[in-house]
Amino acid sequence: MAINMQIEEHNDPELEKLKELYADKGFVVTSINNLINWARTGSLHWMTFGLACCAVEMMHVGTPRYDVERFGAAPRASPRHADVLIVAGTLTNKMAVALRKAYDQMPEPRYVISMGSCANGGGYYHYSYSVVRGCDRIIPVDVYVPGCPPTAEGLLYGLLQLQKKIRREGNIKR
Amino acid sequence: MSDKFERAIASIKKNCDVIEAFDQLDQLQVLVSPENLVHLVDFVKNDESCQFRQLTDVAGVDFPERANRFDVIYHFLSFKWNFRLRIKTEINENGSLPSICSIFPAANWFEREAFDMYGIQFTDHPDLRRILTDYGFEGYPLRKDFPLTGNIEIRYDEMDKKIVYEPVKLQQDFRSFDIQSPWEGTKYLKGEESK
Repeated sequence: MAINMQIEEHNDPELEKLKELYADKGFVVTSINNLINWARTGSLHWMTFGLACCAVEMMHVGTPRYDVERFGAAPRASPRHADVLIVAGTLTNKMAVALRKAYDQMPEPRYVISMGSCANGGGYYHYSYSVVRGCDRIIPVDVYVPGCPPTAEGLLYGLLQLQKKIRREGNIKR
Repeated sequence: MSDKFERAIASIKKNCDVIEAFDQLDQLQVLVSPENLVHLVDFVKNDESCQFRQLTDVAGVDFPERANRFDVIYHFLSFKWNFRLRIKTEINENGSLPSICSIFPAANWFEREAFDMYGIQFTDHPDLRRILTDYGFEGYPLRKDFPLTGNIEIRYDEMDKKIVYEPVKLQQDFRSFDIQSPWEGTKYLKGEESK
């Protein structure tokens, strides 16, 4: 909200200068919490971790029809650039170590979206000898998106839910 | 049966030591013993009436009730004559099969996969090690006596800060779906009942 600055009369020349500066232009007040949440939710760059067919839906979410970049989220190829890790597909035993390695390289604050039945709990391959029964056995998950695979809209909704979660968390250090 | 099949079968029977060669579902099928395999593959690759220049697949099949437990099946395609060939051979659990990598380099990974999944040994293979399963995996998952869920599962240990392997402990029981009746609910098999 922009309002005119009103400062009591002083003879401080520095303050006079400031007053001159802001008198006509106006300014905005906010809490530091809101500012940090705005910054965090507005640039959720995601780390692509496409493991199966879910990856195709994850690609759709970046294309112009759904255009997740209007929420400030862009795909990053490196975990060191990313804020959110989207686990899209079946996580196998052999891949689990690599997933954990990618997660460990992400800077704080970091978030994880588990996308699809396989990542949520093994899904179709729950009883398999080679599949991890849910990626939350390897890394902590913030949002679970159900579906096999979830639609691009579903994933987008999951991302919005993550933004909501970040806003409600309310603390700066995660 | 068309002419090209008869010509190919006659040529194979004349030059190779095969158990049987016949036309099955418009594909040529040849049964052969392991010791004659390499000569047969070499022959069908270069023979004028065969010309099978592409190796499409190498597959294993497990028949636990048989003395010769495994079938190993090779699929070939002839571009020139536009037909396919299937070569079948049998080996037992401790037996080994000559590798055909020297004739078809494409067989390299196929044979590694058959070794990985069934434990079939290929002699003279340049690099026979596991290809698909996890590092340090034990057992051969596509054998009929291998348990569906395997023997180990993994999780990340927060205390040790590393991924640990543990014996399988299923949180969700096996389910048996009754597809005949859409009206009754699923009957879950719990503990003792499932045995």
